[in-house]
Amino acid sequence: MSTTATTHQTKWWSGGKSPFNLEYGKLMMWYFLMSDAFTFGAFLISYGSIRFSQNFWPDPNVVFNAFPGAGHANLPLAFVSVMTFILIISSVTMVLAVHAGHNGDKRGVMKWLAWTIVGGLAFLGCQAWEWHHLITGQHAVLADGAIEMIGQTTRTNPWGDLVHNTSAITAALNNSSHETLVHLAHEYPREGTAASLDALEKMTNGQLAGMVDVAHAHIREKGPIAFGGYFYGITGFHGFHVFSGVIINTIMLLMTQKNVFQNRGHYLMIEKAGLYWHFVDLVWVFVFLCFYLI
Amino acid sequence: MQHPAFEEVTVHQHHADDATFKKKVRKTTILLSVITVIELAIGLSIYTLHKGENPSALLILMFKGMVCILTLAKAYYIVSVFMHLGDEIRNMIMTIVVPLMLFVWFIAAFIWDGNSYKNLRNKYDQHFKETTMPAKHRPADTTEVKKSGKE
Repeated sequence: MSTTATTHQTKWWSGGKSPFNLEYGKLMMWYFLMSDAFTFGAFLISYGSIRFSQNFWPDPNVVFNAFPGAGHANLPLAFVSVMTFILIISSVTMVLAVHAGHNGDKRGVMKWLAWTIVGGLAFLGCQAWEWHHLITGQHAVLADGAIEMIGQTTRTNPWGDLVHNTSAITAALNNSSHETLVHLAHEYPREGTAASLDALEKMTNGQLAGMVDVAHAHIREKGPIAFGGYFYGITGFHGFHVFSGVIINTIMLLMTQKNVFQNRGHYLMIEKAGLYWHFVDLVWVFVFLCFYLI
Repeated sequence: MQHPAFEEVTVHQHHADDATFKKKVRKTTILLSVITVIELAIGLSIYTLHKGENPSALLILMFKGMVCILTLAKAYYIVSVFMHLGDEIRNMIMTIVVPLMLFVWFIAAFIWDGNSYKNLRNKYDQHFKETTMPAKHRPADTTEVKKSGKE
């Protein structure tokens, strides 16, 4: 690079040559990605700013500890590491697709593009599962002297600090709804009081309250509401990028199949789609850092 | 070498031969995977520390700092190898990298601002402080709270 750059440096700016030795579309893709980096950066920095303004913030290992098919097993970081590896691998297959394009190898481009699309769809599937799990999963929180069951949405956050004051929980049980008590008595029964859901449904609130193992129920306070908005907003915006990347790659695959690039004599379009796809992977590296690791 | 489609574009320097290319891609893939595994190990260590009785704030901060540095390393490899930015002309690289320097101010200023807002609220808004401070930092007996305490 350096030799070609220095020998032609002055001439490149006198017209007839690209000063950056890049085609226009690729250069503009770079500038688009730079502006997109600022959009993502602004979102993540806003999240950081709010997080630093709070006395308490949920520990990601407590929030993201589920794995499909593993039930209530506590597996912090496991599922998100699968998602991370899916994106890294799909980035590698994209590199291979671009390389096959350089060699004018149509079959290679199609093969690796197809794998990249599969990776993107797998990632989106994982994200759908994760969101669904967070939104629908109900967790017991102590609020205003009663226990209620809430999920992780943009308006509610069940991941506050653990309540250590067992007498406050015992008192709150008496103010809680029948449904909540049935759930708690079923999930966290005192020793020797385990009963079927049907039997529990028929009991009175007073009976049920006495059956909950307060010390092991992991009841929390409500957490900061901003958590949900930032998490769904930023991972959603990233997911939208993955989605559009999958669409772009699919169009590239169809165009390759129809010999559009073959007839054009070059596969530079694949290179631009590749830049976009790598950027999606790059952003995930930072989303992964900000939401799951620290 | 003249580019087939654009006569103003002359060279594509990263047209390495297949063997070198495959070696480079394999090396980068392994590197990215290893860094991710280290990051996960650190993440789990932070989790274990949090579960312990008296987590050392300094140790956790150091672990988090390490993860941030590893993430920057990953970003560098993705951009320079996978996106081939490292193979472009220096002036072009600078038009991308120099504006990104804005992030240094951007991150520092806004995190600082958030932190300062928290400190001000804890100082002037006792209700905010009492309702949001985690139990570990709360005095055990609330009747003995001293107003001067900066906790």
